[in-house]
Amino acid sequence: MSEGFAKKVANTQVWKAIFRHGPPNNARNRAAVVAGNVFLHLHPIKLKKSGVQLGYTWCMGGLTFFVFLALTVTGVLLMFYYRPTAEYAFTDIIGLREHVPLGIMRELHRWGAHLMVITVWIHMFRVFMTGSYKPPREFNWGVGVILLVLTMLLSFTGYLLPWDQLAIWAITVGSNMAKATPFLGQGGPGAALAKIGDFVLVSDKNDVRFQLLGGRFVGEAALLRFYILHCVFIPLVVAVLIAVHFWRVRKDGGISAPL
Amino acid sequence: MIKEAINYLSSPLFSFTAFIILFALAMKRIDIVGTKKFGWGLLIFVLVVFVWMVSDPVFFTIISLPDNVPIIILNGLVFWSTWYALYRGHQNDLRIEAGEGPIEGTPENREKVWAWPNLVYTELFAGILCTIFLIVWAIFLKAPLEEPANPTWAPNPAKAPWYFLGLQEMLVYFDPWMAGVVLPGLILVGLIAIPFIDVNPKGNGYYTFKERKFAITGFLFGWLALWVFLIQVGTFLRGPNWTFYGPFEYWDAHKVVAENNINLSEIIWIKMLNMGLPKNIFVREIFGLIATFGYMFGTIPLITKKWGQSYLERMGAIRYYIMLALILGMMSLPIKMYLRWFFDLKYILAMPEFELNL
Repeated sequence: MSEGFAKKVANTQVWKAIFRHGPPNNARNRAAVVAGNVFLHLHPIKLKKSGVQLGYTWCMGGLTFFVFLALTVTGVLLMFYYRPTAEYAFTDIIGLREHVPLGIMRELHRWGAHLMVITVWIHMFRVFMTGSYKPPREFNWGVGVILLVLTMLLSFTGYLLPWDQLAIWAITVGSNMAKATPFLGQGGPGAALAKIGDFVLVSDKNDVRFQLLGGRFVGEAALLRFYILHCVFIPLVVAVLIAVHFWRVRKDGGISAPL
Repeated sequence: MIKEAINYLSSPLFSFTAFIILFALAMKRIDIVGTKKFGWGLLIFVLVVFVWMVSDPVFFTIISLPDNVPIIILNGLVFWSTWYALYRGHQNDLRIEAGEGPIEGTPENREKVWAWPNLVYTELFAGILCTIFLIVWAIFLKAPLEEPANPTWAPNPAKAPWYFLGLQEMLVYFDPWMAGVVLPGLILVGLIAIPFIDVNPKGNGYYTFKERKFAITGFLFGWLALWVFLIQVGTFLRGPNWTFYGPFEYWDAHKVVAENNINLSEIIWIKMLNMGLPKNIFVREIFGLIATFGYMFGTIPLITKKWGQSYLERMGAIRYYIMLALILGMMSLPIKMYLRWFFDLKYILAMPEFELNL
């Protein structure tokens, strides 16, 4: 009876409007479901068997993308509750913890962020160990390296947002490195040489660290900057680069296999 | 007693040296490392040691910090992925030797399969498992929240997020402009450059070790010894004032460590020549300048003569010299580490006048 019911549903006008083809149990429909669905068409219709084996790919790139999507969803939900100001940031997080029964959204977001850093590292390791960066995939390896760095920057900018001691001092330690950039940081080699007469060109009021934090220390301006970098700017760049990355995986011949 | 010995032996000098020796042995004997027996043995050994270590209350307080839990997951995955990749590589090497070609290239594995259901279902299950894993993790471990931000009171130690602790650990040996800017920049540029430097056409699209010995050894050294290992040191072995503490050692903020690091200029001018430091900084730093430029440029013909000729011919000059520059940059870290440990050397080149210390 259930089979009859399923058949009936599949025959309704609504079902046929959404899915233009029958169930994917024959060659024609299996091609149609992948080619006709905007999400599934990331995949090729057919691919080499070695490319679908977990023992070869470890699914680490796919999981990285999956966790990125999960982080986008949980991150958007968290944005409803969070104001990036020195006055409210910390208390909003407290509110999230105290007033939401059984809430795990912040946990999902934080552990997901850590997990994404790990999966993207292991993905790179797998790609290296299978020599998948070799021609014709050199360019896509470079895109991947940039994505890996952006993943860490996403995690790093998010680290500041709870505005607790852990956050500001971790960011203080991290951003102090920018102060040491050669020529561009106030404490970096060569910066003291950049002078016109007595006028100092690179000071703590205009060096790279100042640009990053919007101030001379991790304060409210830094919080707003990191918030916008974390929620808008870096995710947009990452989304574009992911599109390039996936497109090139397909164009460079799909998941690598022996030539 | 055992724990005290481990505390002592886990100081960077011993543990890093032991790690490098084990690494070199592993690279020499892939025929042992790349077997299932070794994999199981390693897994059991690591699990037993881990359980034993966690049973120690002092170590437990560090490792159970919520933000340190990801490192345990990382370590598990690094252990597994390294062994598994070498195992698959060894299997393929045996097949290639026997003339069969890599397993990924068998006619059966070259056969094309439908993305639906073969790939789509795998992705679905991986996604579901990952979701379950994340939800369980989120339920059982609360995200950390400390006291509200207070710019006037710094915690001790103040640590960066765990994935940057390898870089923070480098600060022990290099000034921030090296540890925080130049070396990370070299890592980034070096990684992107790999496909353009590595002209070996073999090992494309399958696991192997023998066909890519040099590339894999170099990459694994950087990844395991200089990145993952230093993260462990920075996380678990560095306490207040970034002082070294053994894994079972209580983080006593009053632990006194003698800091008697001196610069190369002081070692030579004062200790060896009994002369006092010259006034002119370029005279003062002449030995540091010689050492630095000697390392950056003087070593290149020596290395080329001894090992590099065949690489130079195979790769072409541009690729070869870029590769040498990247390797010299990478090796500057372990070299500086050992100079610090053996000679208490602070800076090879110390020009605080220009904020240029090496």
